[in-house]
Amino acid sequence: MKALKTDSADWAAMTEKNTLILGLWTAAWVLTMAIANFGPRFIWDSNVTLTIVAILVNLAVGLGMILANKRHLKGLDEMHQKIQLEAMALSLGVGLVVGLAYSNLDLTNIITTDAEISHLVILMSLVYAAGVFAGVRKYR
Amino acid sequence: MKNRLKVLRAERDWTQAQLAANLEVSRQTVNAIEKGKFDPSLPLAFKAARLFNLTIEDIFDDGVPDSSGS
Repeated sequence: MKALKTDSADWAAMTEKNTLILGLWTAAWVLTMAIANFGPRFIWDSNVTLTIVAILVNLAVGLGMILANKRHLKGLDEMHQKIQLEAMALSLGVGLVVGLAYSNLDLTNIITTDAEISHLVILMSLVYAAGVFAGVRKYR
Repeated sequence: MKNRLKVLRAERDWTQAQLAANLEVSRQTVNAIEKGKFDPSLPLAFKAARLFNLTIEDIFDDGVPDSSGS
C-alpha cells in the first residue's frame, strides 16, 4: 500500500490557486467593464477610438476570465463540479425564462420602465449563488 | 449507496482530511460519500479500492442482491 498523505497540500493548493486566479481575472474584468462604461463620460470625453479600445480590452479580459473559470471548474472534485453544474443550469434556465418574460413585459408596455440587461445579470447571479448554497447544504 | 468508507477509515485511524488528500477530493466530498449523500464515480471508487487494498464491492454496496450465487 502506498504511504498515506498526511495533508491535502497538492490537490487543495491547486484548487486554491485556481480560485485565486479566477478571482483576479474576475476583478480585472469588472474593472475593465467599469472603465469601458464610465470612461467615455468621466475620463476621455467620449473619444470613439478610446471607447472602442476600452471595449476590446474588456472583451479580451472577459475571455481570460472564461478560461480561468473553465480551469477552476475542471480542478474541482466531482461533487463540487456537480454542485456547480446544477447551480449553473438553474441560473441559465431562470435567466432565459424570466429574462424573456421580462422583455415581453417591456415590449408590450405592461411595465413602464425599460427592461435592463443589468437586472437579468443580477437575477442570474443571485440564482446561481442560491443554487451553490443549496447544493452545498444538500451534500453536507 | 451504502458504503464502509467510514469504518475502513476508522480502522486505519485516518481522518477525513487524510482520506480526502489521498483520493484528491475535498473533505466535504469524503463526508458526503460516507453519509451516502453522494455516490462516487467509478474512477473515484477504484481509487478508494486501491487505497484500501480492497475491491469496489468490499467498500460499496448498491443494495442489489448478488445474482451470481457466489
